[in-house]
Amino acid sequence: MRRFMAIWFPHLLAEGMLRRRPHLKDTLFVVATPDHGRMRVTAVCQAAQKQGITMGMAVADARALVANIQVLDDEPQLSLQLLTGLGHWCIRYTPVAATDVPDGLLLDISGCAHLWGGEENYVEDIQNRLKGFGYTTRIAIAGTVGAAWALARYGKSPVILAPPGEERAMLMSLPPAALRLETTVVERLQKLGLYTIGPFMNMGRSILRRRFGVGLLDRMDQALGWKEEPLKPLRPVVPYQERLPCLEPIVTRSGIEIALQQLLNTLCERLVKEGKGLRKAVFKAYRVDGEAQLVEIGTHLPSQQATHLFKLFELKIDQIAPALGIELFVLEAPSVEKARSSQEALWHNSTLNDTKLAELLDQLTGKLGKGIVHRYLPDEHYWPERSVREAKELSEQPTITWPKDRPRPMRLLPVPEPVEVAAPIPDYPPMHFRHRGKLHTVKKADGPERIESEWWISDGKHRDYYVVEDEKGERYWLFRLGHYTEGKPHQWFLHGFFA
Amino acid sequence: MDGVQKDIVARLQKDILCLQGQRPATNSLAGKVVLGPVLDAFPQKVFPTGAVHEYISTSPAATAATSGFIAGILGSLMQNGGSCVWISPEKIIFPEGLRSFGIEPDRVLFIHLKKERDICWAMEAALQVEGLAGVVSELPDLNFTVSRRLQLAVEKSGVTGFVLRHQPSKLHPTACVSRWQISPFASYHPDQMPGVGLACWNVELQKIRGGKPGSWRLVWMDGYFQVLPEVSLISSQTLLRKIG
Repeated sequence: MRRFMAIWFPHLLAEGMLRRRPHLKDTLFVVATPDHGRMRVTAVCQAAQKQGITMGMAVADARALVANIQVLDDEPQLSLQLLTGLGHWCIRYTPVAATDVPDGLLLDISGCAHLWGGEENYVEDIQNRLKGFGYTTRIAIAGTVGAAWALARYGKSPVILAPPGEERAMLMSLPPAALRLETTVVERLQKLGLYTIGPFMNMGRSILRRRFGVGLLDRMDQALGWKEEPLKPLRPVVPYQERLPCLEPIVTRSGIEIALQQLLNTLCERLVKEGKGLRKAVFKAYRVDGEAQLVEIGTHLPSQQATHLFKLFELKIDQIAPALGIELFVLEAPSVEKARSSQEALWHNSTLNDTKLAELLDQLTGKLGKGIVHRYLPDEHYWPERSVREAKELSEQPTITWPKDRPRPMRLLPVPEPVEVAAPIPDYPPMHFRHRGKLHTVKKADGPERIESEWWISDGKHRDYYVVEDEKGERYWLFRLGHYTEGKPHQWFLHGFFA
Repeated sequence: MDGVQKDIVARLQKDILCLQGQRPATNSLAGKVVLGPVLDAFPQKVFPTGAVHEYISTSPAATAATSGFIAGILGSLMQNGGSCVWISPEKIIFPEGLRSFGIEPDRVLFIHLKKERDICWAMEAALQVEGLAGVVSELPDLNFTVSRRLQLAVEKSGVTGFVLRHQPSKLHPTACVSRWQISPFASYHPDQMPGVGLACWNVELQKIRGGKPGSWRLVWMDGYFQVLPEVSLISSQTLLRKIG
């Protein structure tokens, strides 16, 4: 059963202004915007309203009524800003909250109200909290967006809960404008003496369409639930999400841990049932003061192990500052993949697909930061520093085989270090070389192995590599940059150490 | 009588090793480490897996030699298709270089960490993962407390750990099962050919729990550690060059 809530803020702009500028509390003010060469009132504070100032009035007229009235400039998009803020705040009550410009919010509250102990308590809580922020509201809950909207704005009392299936009866007595019609249609209806929805609700559809256009029928169908009306949520809903509202604000670490454990258990139960595992999880804590704190973890393999995930989160719980208390916990899994079968772990020898190994990596990246774990695969490049590329996935296999027969050092310096070299004749390996002030006499040498620079990647000279061994038996990998040209000093570098 | 006494002594030695946290060599992997004459130095003549080994090196070239030696042991431990973790401060191990020691480079997980604390933490966490073929970490130095923690981790999981101390300040005692110092030695060519030949090392086993320390000259030949034949010691002093 779908249930929707419409919240109408009759004085959104005025109250929003008052919330932003509390010093205006005891003064009379209007918000005005230029319109056709004069200032027109767009919002009025409640006290000024009592003096007879209404929306749409010229500021000069308002000044005539109340001499010392304060006129504030309207900010464009202010109402949208206010509604977006309120909408985000409402996410603590339901994951689907949408703004309804210019002065309302629409929430999909299906399956949410029971967490607050019924719709009455739910509405009361929302209304009281909004009142605390200084907003007057009218709220209605109905089975369709259209009916809730209509009842919130045109209903008799500030809170209306339409019992399921009763929307039609409750809409009967409301004026046609409650159906969110265009003004021309409303005027035409009124001209024909149709002051409430009831009389034309049962008219033939073809007649209505001919006289008032298809818009009226659409709106009526939406209000009665015959036609789907999608909401555009402020925050896209994550399909894998668990929520835990708290009766009392939580301030302690153990409290947060219990909440996390509970959420993980329910989420993992669901993942196990569906054969899925999560790759990324976000734990959000909504505080009493409206702030949201969040911590995020990632895994290397899809995981459905609550204990493992808890371990990963445990390292980050410190980052949550509860301040005055947390009233709602949300656990989301934005990235979910098909879980691998657990059979692979039967082999004792740990392979890269092993869950245990993946859990270790999760633990490492969770504590020490991302980008510390590397796995290399061969790549088709000439230069040694480019001949490996980083694997994106743990399970990624090399597409080409590792080259075999080339002499390659055990340790390769990230940046080749310049050395001073004495070489007897062109193209000969050096006799001596000096690295970091230390002289090495070459006893044995192999080479050169010419490695061309890759012109399609970067400019530069080729390298002639020599494997050399000094008098102590230490083996090095040296190279000369470019051709040997007479009279010019040539550059030599140390690039690696052989075992 | 003599035989009975020998048996008793052997059993007691085994018991002592167990009490010291070293597992009896039931692990099938242990037998695969072929270290030639060095094996005689180990208790029960089997390379102690499920323990932390400590390697000391003082120069970059010696560090490279030690990495090669560790890679040789690790290669035999990884024969069954296992994987290993190599923790170092930066990207310096060249994956292709590991191939010559029988390691599939894509089975190695490299972890780059700058801080010594983090390396210790990561190594301890990795050593607790049962089934890993080995964990290597390059640390400037190792103190007793850390080595004790690492030893406790491997006693539970049976993973073999290798700590490469490349800036040892003082050689104070650690809880590691052995201490090695590997230094490079003039390469060996079986056919006395010019040019740089097979990798050779001076292997010094300075400490081994329950075994006899010693020193050897080893060469990495045909995928195994072998004793360096004496011939190569009389190497010609002239600079010889192989064109290639």
